[in-house]
Amino acid sequence: MANKLFDKILIANRGEIACRVIKTCRRLGIKTVAVYSDADDGALHMRMADEAVHIGPPAAAESYLVIEKIVAACKKTGAQAVHPGYGFLSENRKFAAALKEAGIAFIGPNPDAIYAMGDKIESKKLAQKAGVSTVPGYLGAIASTDEAVKIATEIGFPVMIKASAGGGGKGMRIARSADEVAQGFSSATNEAKNSFGDDRVFIEKYIEQPRHIEIQVLGDKHGNVIFLHERECSIQRRHQKVVEEAPSPFLDEKTRKAMGEQAVALSKTVNYDSAGTVEFIVGPDRSFYFLEMNTRLQVEHPVTELITGIDLVEQMIRVAAGETLSIKQQDVKLDGWAVEVRIYAEDPLRGFLPSTGRLARWRTADESAVIRNDTGVVEGSEISMFYDPMISKLCSYGKDRAEAISTLSAALDETWIAGIGHNVNFLSAVLDHPRFRSGNISTNFIAEEWPNGYGGTVLPEERQNAALAVATLIHIRNELRARHLGGKLGLPEWEPDADWIATLNKTEYKLSVSDAEGGCDVKVGQEGGKAGKALKVRSAWKPGQPFFRGTVNGATVVARVTPRPDGARIVHGGAELDIAVRTPAAAALARLMPEKLPPDMSKYLLCPMPGLVVSIAVAEGEPVKAGQALAVVEAMKMENVLRAERDGTVKKVNAKKGDSLAVDQVILEFA
Amino acid sequence: MQDIIRQLEEKRAQARAGGGKKRIEAQHAKGKLTARERLELLLDPGSFEEWDMFVEHDCTDFGMAEQKVAGDGVVTGYGTIHGRPTFVFSQDFTVFGGSLSASHAGKICKIMDTAMKAGAPVIGLNDSGGARIQEGVDSLAGYAEVFQRNVLASGVVPQISVIMGPCAGGAVYSPAMTDFIFMVKDSSYMFVTGPDVVKTVTQEVVTQEQLGGAITHTTKSSVADNAFENDVEALAQTRRLFDFLPLNNREKAPHRETWDPVNRQEASLDTLVPPNPNKPYDMKELIEKVVDEGDFFEIQPNYARNILTGFARIGGQTVGIVANQPMVLAGCLDIDSSRKGARFVRFCDCYDIPIVTFVDVPGFLPGTAQEYGGIIKHGAKLLFAYAEATTPKVTVITRKAYGGAYDVMASKHLRGDVNYAWPSAEIAVMGPKGAVEIIFRGEIGDADKIAARTEEYRQKFANPFVAGHRGFIDDVIMPHNTRFRIARSLAMLRDKKLENPWKKHDNIPL
Repeated sequence: MANKLFDKILIANRGEIACRVIKTCRRLGIKTVAVYSDADDGALHMRMADEAVHIGPPAAAESYLVIEKIVAACKKTGAQAVHPGYGFLSENRKFAAALKEAGIAFIGPNPDAIYAMGDKIESKKLAQKAGVSTVPGYLGAIASTDEAVKIATEIGFPVMIKASAGGGGKGMRIARSADEVAQGFSSATNEAKNSFGDDRVFIEKYIEQPRHIEIQVLGDKHGNVIFLHERECSIQRRHQKVVEEAPSPFLDEKTRKAMGEQAVALSKTVNYDSAGTVEFIVGPDRSFYFLEMNTRLQVEHPVTELITGIDLVEQMIRVAAGETLSIKQQDVKLDGWAVEVRIYAEDPLRGFLPSTGRLARWRTADESAVIRNDTGVVEGSEISMFYDPMISKLCSYGKDRAEAISTLSAALDETWIAGIGHNVNFLSAVLDHPRFRSGNISTNFIAEEWPNGYGGTVLPEERQNAALAVATLIHIRNELRARHLGGKLGLPEWEPDADWIATLNKTEYKLSVSDAEGGCDVKVGQEGGKAGKALKVRSAWKPGQPFFRGTVNGATVVARVTPRPDGARIVHGGAELDIAVRTPAAAALARLMPEKLPPDMSKYLLCPMPGLVVSIAVAEGEPVKAGQALAVVEAMKMENVLRAERDGTVKKVNAKKGDSLAVDQVILEFA
Repeated sequence: MQDIIRQLEEKRAQARAGGGKKRIEAQHAKGKLTARERLELLLDPGSFEEWDMFVEHDCTDFGMAEQKVAGDGVVTGYGTIHGRPTFVFSQDFTVFGGSLSASHAGKICKIMDTAMKAGAPVIGLNDSGGARIQEGVDSLAGYAEVFQRNVLASGVVPQISVIMGPCAGGAVYSPAMTDFIFMVKDSSYMFVTGPDVVKTVTQEVVTQEQLGGAITHTTKSSVADNAFENDVEALAQTRRLFDFLPLNNREKAPHRETWDPVNRQEASLDTLVPPNPNKPYDMKELIEKVVDEGDFFEIQPNYARNILTGFARIGGQTVGIVANQPMVLAGCLDIDSSRKGARFVRFCDCYDIPIVTFVDVPGFLPGTAQEYGGIIKHGAKLLFAYAEATTPKVTVITRKAYGGAYDVMASKHLRGDVNYAWPSAEIAVMGPKGAVEIIFRGEIGDADKIAARTEEYRQKFANPFVAGHRGFIDDVIMPHNTRFRIARSLAMLRDKKLENPWKKHDNIPL
């Protein structure tokens, strides 16, 4: 290592990425400076750093995005370099320039590279020049149907005809033959004219079942650029990546190499001198086309680190300090498989609405050789409305894809989040989906598999039976403990019966239970009265423990347990199972209980306490979603946010700001 | 002999059949179980010993001589819940509508008398159309006999009522005097006079559900302590409550084995109290993180939600939890929360269940509604209850402890045994702003001066030290260590002995 690395680095970011950069700095013996807004006072990244500088109010535009404040913080603390993380100022050319002017190193690419790749059209032109394959298409105006057919034939079917002024799918046609082009051209032109008053259309190659695969590159200031293989990020929800993995289950060695070489070629044309990512769209025939280049550390970089053993942040710091890349292309290994899920504070059952508030519970599998947890929050942290509501990037590593996915799926079973909505169950559902397991994925995966949104997870029969057996063991252990309270009558000891009935979602399952060393054997009755195979449940679980860890027929099962007086509530494999376990006699009586419909929709929002209206957040006629803030009422000097209990539309607003309301006074009426 | 046995079998079969197949079906159609089915769920399987199965009424008027059913509309006896004994009565709506006759009342009185002698709780499952009108005053006498026993048993053995059908007129006063009332949603109601009489007398049109349904009594009247979806759930929860309670006032609450370490630390509690003193937080999170296994059995969860009351265990030992809830009305004390808290504290003291109090109280709720409603005397109930209690009292002030409400909430001055404060505690007469506006009334026009004074007041009182100097709190503890500190205090206080001066009884401001 010829050059001395920096003594002190400022991280111009927050949350998990700031924490992640600090970890590498610590390992390298570099002191760190965090910056924080009012909303992040006391946040994990601030506490992890050696020093912390306050940079203003919560809104990013007034804190994390203010170049002068970051530069001032560097000067104040004597930081010699800045790592920008991702987002915020990470791809801001002016920021890189301002740092340069102040004599502070920017741990990222040179400003020209940022600029060149920041412009979509410009970057495409550069890519074409560098011999990188781009989506074939014709950007000029097309005069006639014949011309359209000619162009389409040249590009190769299928093609997409798009309105130049278009948006929202209007004036868009997919054509798979010359006839369809002819037809589509005229209808797209008409529609474009009617919708936008502009009938110009263009033609582009349409990639069916596209995959999003990106190449990680790493360059230095001495003209060396290498690629660190690919990441596949096809599992997306509305262009938001949900699951990422490395390598891609789809690429062969030849394609990998071709994509890597093109990425390196593109990087070299802009003298790329840091970690960066070249994104491609890949068709079912492994044809690939350049999308864009991200000139920063990517969110999903951990999966690359896990399979290559390279610390990307360390490399970024080293090259920023002027070191020559010590890794040669042939040294870059591709060892095993890594998968990452993004745990977000959002509610999948309510259309993935972001959720904010206090993380009353937040625990997951311990970090190990196979589990990595990049998080910026701890139990008791606040997920604020001001920033990205990410809780964690949970990654696993395995010798192959199946192993990595299984490890991650098990880690999700060990995850416990409470206080706010989260997508853990949805992530479990994705990881356990047979299509995901098969690797046959595309960017349409979520939209195709959950066309009506996510409405909860149903376990396959085998796993559900295991859950029923686990609930039975839990119930019997709870009952045995309860029989050991003081003050008993001196009667014979209770011995659990062999026959039980488990009820789940109104379906009954006959259970036949026998005691066994370290657990019990449970036969789960099938429909039609046939007894199933015995499931051997073994566990050291004790009543009251929040996690069940054990085995069912030798296979590890982890489930979160919340007690109920008869049975157990279990969260496992993304499914929330409320399982009643009763004696056959009690089950027969439970069967007599009436099914109750949920109570009538309340048409009114009532003031829950005497107070002053601080604000009304909705207007008449406005549709509202469950959980949405409707009004703020101040009482006893405290602001209380009143939220919609269910989806609906505001019919009438009966109160206004400044009104003094009595308890139960009507604030809003719903249609 | 064989003949007698045959007759016995016949009589038993007749008693078990209750009001007959048709009426049982009607009962089921209403979503209700029969008296015996309910006992099957409430008690351990096979543990029920029925008494007075052969009791019949003696009424001869209005053709009653021809209508006799063995058991006379109530099933009584004793059994066990997780092996611990309890006496039970379960009214049988299929027999004379569960109406109460002199002999029906006599059966209930018998098990109550035995329960008091034996020191075992009484659980009543109520499902009765009311007085046996044919019997007239005999029936009323029967009610009064039960009432008298409810009163004598109060504080001697726990009494739990589960309302699982109608309970109207004088009948309501027996459950009213028991310790806890649970109701079943949609199929139970309680009122002194029904909708018809209400309409005749006051012209008010109201449904049974509105007048006395489970929702009404758990949210508006506070007559009931909780409501459950159906009979099965209500009985399962009754078993759960039973496990927290001692069998009588001579023995301690039962210990339940736990694997939840008493020295478990909860780092997240260090950030529970927000930096902004006007921002609410959920006190339930604190309770759930402090008690064993997060297991908290809340009493009156939907009434006066500005105070939380309920049972939990710490180190396996039952404790009563009382806590101000900043999420609702800033956690202030008002008429409803004072009454709710007071009754709970008194129950715990009856049975020597230690009381753990979490304090974040900005004061009493001001206003005419409160004053006209008698907040002075209602607030005094909670004060009285805490002051007279001799059971172990451990108190933790998490944030605000302002004014008279500070005194009330199990303060040192009311014989709090161990009084802790978190570093975020503010123990003062009132909030800094209000205090300054009174002390420095003359400077009120000068905003700068007032701001400076407010800061001065905040510096002085917005911390636990002033109270600490005077010994009003015993220690300032770190939030993450709260469970351990409480557990250790409770262990130290296990054999606490404190007696109030002899008196016939006290005179709590009712």
